[in-house]
Amino acid sequence: MSARRPSRFRLGGRRYSPAASLALAAPFLLLVAIIFILPLATLLHESLFVPAPTTEHYARAFAEPVYLRVMLRTLRIAALVTALALLLAWPMAWVMSRSRGLGLALLAAAVLLPLWTSVLVRTYAWMVLLQRNGVVNQLLQQLGLTEAPIRLLYTEGAVVLAMAHVLLPFMVLPIYSALKGIPEDYPRAAQMLGASPWATFREVIWPLALPGVTSGCLMVFLLALGFFVTPALIGGPQQMMIATLVSQQVREMLDWPFAGALVGILLVFVLALTLLFKRAVRLDRFVGSA
Amino acid sequence: MSAARTHNRAGRMALNAAAYAVTVFLLLPTLIIAPMSVGPERLLSFPPKGFSLRWYAAYFEDSDWLRATLFSAEAGLISAVCATLIGTMLALALVRGRLPGKGFIELLVIGPVIVPHIALAVAMFLVFEQLRLTGTLLGFAMAHTVLALPFVVFTVLAALYRFDVDLERAALSCGAGPIRAFRHVTLPLIAPGLVSAALFAFIISFDEAVVSFFISDLDRKTLPRKMFEDIDFNISPTLAAVATMLTALTILALLLGYGLKRSLERRARAAGTAPDPGP
Repeated sequence: MSARRPSRFRLGGRRYSPAASLALAAPFLLLVAIIFILPLATLLHESLFVPAPTTEHYARAFAEPVYLRVMLRTLRIAALVTALALLLAWPMAWVMSRSRGLGLALLAAAVLLPLWTSVLVRTYAWMVLLQRNGVVNQLLQQLGLTEAPIRLLYTEGAVVLAMAHVLLPFMVLPIYSALKGIPEDYPRAAQMLGASPWATFREVIWPLALPGVTSGCLMVFLLALGFFVTPALIGGPQQMMIATLVSQQVREMLDWPFAGALVGILLVFVLALTLLFKRAVRLDRFVGSA
Repeated sequence: MSAARTHNRAGRMALNAAAYAVTVFLLLPTLIIAPMSVGPERLLSFPPKGFSLRWYAAYFEDSDWLRATLFSAEAGLISAVCATLIGTMLALALVRGRLPGKGFIELLVIGPVIVPHIALAVAMFLVFEQLRLTGTLLGFAMAHTVLALPFVVFTVLAALYRFDVDLERAALSCGAGPIRAFRHVTLPLIAPGLVSAALFAFIISFDEAVVSFFISDLDRKTLPRKMFEDIDFNISPTLAAVATMLTALTILALLLGYGLKRSLERRARAAGTAPDPGP
């Protein structure tokens, strides 16, 4: 995000003065202070100082098996979603990086349209497909795989599948932009020197694609950890993830301190991952492409 | 050698097949709703058993749906204008200014993307109750502006990096004041970026579900919140009609944005300046 070619942005050697720069940034800072920092600080304050300075709300999240199970399920589902998304994204990103014209346009549209279609629309589509008398069950019966409709909704498999579908564009785009940067000569040269396709992949392509893969995996894992809409609707109470638990604490139990503690735990996790992989968080990949 | 080549070709075909299978996986769930939405029966089926627009009529005859749509459109327009304005100012300060605490501000920009929306939504719910912002247009506009700002700032930053500063310098040395130079030289050249940014911001606001879920109230709610309630209550066929219209609208918006961006770029080129095609 820092200026890559700073010399180009000096206006005749002059840059805006600190005062003018601050004035330009002021509306942003003011809005973010009221709508971003203040709410989060208030919520975390609830979790640590209500009714008195305490860590009991945090301890409760780890002490009670019900909550521990929700947190472990959240981690497991996020990991599974990331793995499935990577598996699906790789061939797509690879073929995209090697095509031009109409083929590229079709593949790019397939990635960008879901990215900008409402999450609710896509989640609803999965609910229609997976319900008891839905298309998937009809298909399974016609193929003779099951005799009676089986329960697909409210299972962990359904949650993982739908979330991987919803988050897939966030995996494809960074991998695509990494793969596009690999000149076609490199794998060809490796093969001419006698490397097998597998060796070419392992020694040439994978290392060069790794920054994109890391970036995609991090984005998908982070988004999956805090995902609300899809798990709440497709998983139901049986497959509760941490976001649904937070919502339940706020809306049904009115237990703000505990909800604050759950948010605090989630935030620590997310911030630690972000700082660990600071360079992998690249928004420009998602805005530059449309 | 030829064995290796056959092997390669088989591998390439397998990869292509996999890529197109994933394409189908990506598009099918959303697109299959369209034919299902014109089925006449309460139970949605594929293929539809007949043709009927009754679920579309159900949407247009329900004032609750229409009010929610209008409210979302208002919030989306205000958020798009505010986010583009505030985001452009910040991007200018980041690229051309001397900003104290720049690293911290950059962290703040990316904040609303990194922090899970559920955390923000619940936190805003808590504060908005006290500030009496729940269910108000002002509340939604501010919340959605914050959520859209990261995407706006990054889009405008990309446009500014692509912009050739020598052009503005030339205007300045020809006697234009800094504001005039910005308005007549810089602004038209970064306009395509601003259009994309505003479009992103509108779509983000219009589709935003999680924060809306918490800061709506009974009579002031956005379209996603109304959809959420209906999905949770029963998988009603009206939703299939709404989902189809929303998907069509998204396709239209993306095409429109693309076309507008292209025509602005053409005009900028025709003005005798060729903007860098970018990376």
